[in-house]
Amino acid sequence: MKILVCLKQIPDMESKFRINEEGIWYDEANLAWRINEYDEYAVEQAVQVKEQLGGAEVVALSLGPARVKEAIKKALAMGCDRGVHINDEEGWRRDPFEIASLIAGYAKEEGFDLVFTGMQSQDRGSAQVGVLLAGMLGLPAMTTVVDFALEDGAVRVKRELEGGMKACVKCNLPAVVTCQLGLNTPRYPTLPNIMKAKRKEMQTIEAADLAAAGSRLVTDRLAFPEKKGGGLVLEGEAADLAGKLATILRDKIKVL
Amino acid sequence: MKILLVGEYREGQLQGCTCELLGFARQMKAEPVMFLVGDAADLPAFDGRLYLAEAGRYGEFSPEVHQQLVLEVVEKESPDLVVLSHSSYGWDLAPRLAAALEAAQISEAVAVADGAFEVPACNAKLRRTVRPATARGVVTLQAGAFDPAPAGGTPEVQTVDSAVEAAGAVEFLGYEAAEQAGVDLGKAEVIVSAGRGIGKPENIGMIADLAKALGGEYGASRPVVDAGWADHDRQVGSTGQTVAPRLYMACGISGAVQHLMGMKKSDFIVAVNSDRDAPIGEVADVLVVADLKEFVPAFMTTIQG
Repeated sequence: MKILVCLKQIPDMESKFRINEEGIWYDEANLAWRINEYDEYAVEQAVQVKEQLGGAEVVALSLGPARVKEAIKKALAMGCDRGVHINDEEGWRRDPFEIASLIAGYAKEEGFDLVFTGMQSQDRGSAQVGVLLAGMLGLPAMTTVVDFALEDGAVRVKRELEGGMKACVKCNLPAVVTCQLGLNTPRYPTLPNIMKAKRKEMQTIEAADLAAAGSRLVTDRLAFPEKKGGGLVLEGEAADLAGKLATILRDKIKVL
Repeated sequence: MKILLVGEYREGQLQGCTCELLGFARQMKAEPVMFLVGDAADLPAFDGRLYLAEAGRYGEFSPEVHQQLVLEVVEKESPDLVVLSHSSYGWDLAPRLAAALEAAQISEAVAVADGAFEVPACNAKLRRTVRPATARGVVTLQAGAFDPAPAGGTPEVQTVDSAVEAAGAVEFLGYEAAEQAGVDLGKAEVIVSAGRGIGKPENIGMIADLAKALGGEYGASRPVVDAGWADHDRQVGSTGQTVAPRLYMACGISGAVQHLMGMKKSDFIVAVNSDRDAPIGEVADVLVVADLKEFVPAFMTTIQG
């Protein structure tokens, strides 16, 4: 069994974002980077499948500049076997089609039985790459998965629907699964596993050596949303704020 | 501008978001043409053409089959835009359509002007303006972003009779109902909710105590429930409970759209957050910029003193 996990490195969402010089994406300076949260569930599920089968090769792949190797290393420390870094300084410019085509360019010769991705990234939120990749590899895709089971070469999943309902869906391998939050409990890498991960293989492929699809989206700009809410903003010492809020609740909505 | 809307139908019912698709078409001043896998017994009320594929024949959830059916209608109608809801149905189907049509896809549009769409980025802290570089575009609309069209009219129904095989590789087995809520947050007049900003599971107690002191219940955001810090029946948002209490107090909740969907109709919203720019500020009547771990105990002392 050969498993691919696609992961994206994204900035901490609590960051103070600034717009880059071109005005179309965020400035990468002074950001703390981490694995896209949805992709952590993908990594965990791949490692759980390997444990269930008593062996499998799990490849962790990420696309971007050199910094994304840190995200791959974390996936290796969580239990993936080898890393693939598609080196692409311009990765942030690319639309989902271009990204999926680059991943497919690497993956199509590898013959993966199972591919896990997050259902979306926290920064772009397009929710497209997993499904597009499946199409390019000629594999069925199951999205927004919150429950996963592998039995006799078939995958049974539960898709999360609106209002807490789930849809139970099944398909045979090979397949692509996109992971929703809460699918499992991603493990923390232990120190011995972090040390072990340093010796695992990390292959770098230049994006320029893979055939990318043409871009299909034009970005006009990135901006902070206009503040529409005319809400009151209270700042200051905790004790003063507490008094002010208590007064508001008492006077305006008679809760206290 | 020609638009093809892809309506939604589940468990024998037309889904509410379908009206928002019609609202979008109206805003774009386009004649509404809709494709729907549904049932003649529950049709959307609008004046326009409706391509109806029987759910009994093609399945409520069968993405590969639905993809083929939509493509057949696209062939007939040749729309400039194919528009879906950004929902578990829409975000699954849209990229399949975009791939087959070799069209750009724009996900989770919240606004449109002059052929360009605004989409959220970085947990809604930022807005990106994008446009398709292809002649045709596939767009998904954020739930609640476009005003629903008032229901009215009778569609001209064309029954879809396709030669497409009514089974794909992905096999639908059935639905699983939502867990029965042990706590009915819908009845609470005051809800104090905990978000990731509470930092650690032990701090749930502080939020629960505050809720009790205000005569209400405590709720939680999705990350808090996913982390196992609170039970699922406390979850507020599009995949949890939808609430509208007299007072909703969001503590350490950044305000992802899925959470806002579940609480923005509350009468009065107070947000406590250390990040002044957190999107929750957009819906809050009062935003208290503070560290919860200092503010909540201080507030408890004030209201109990």
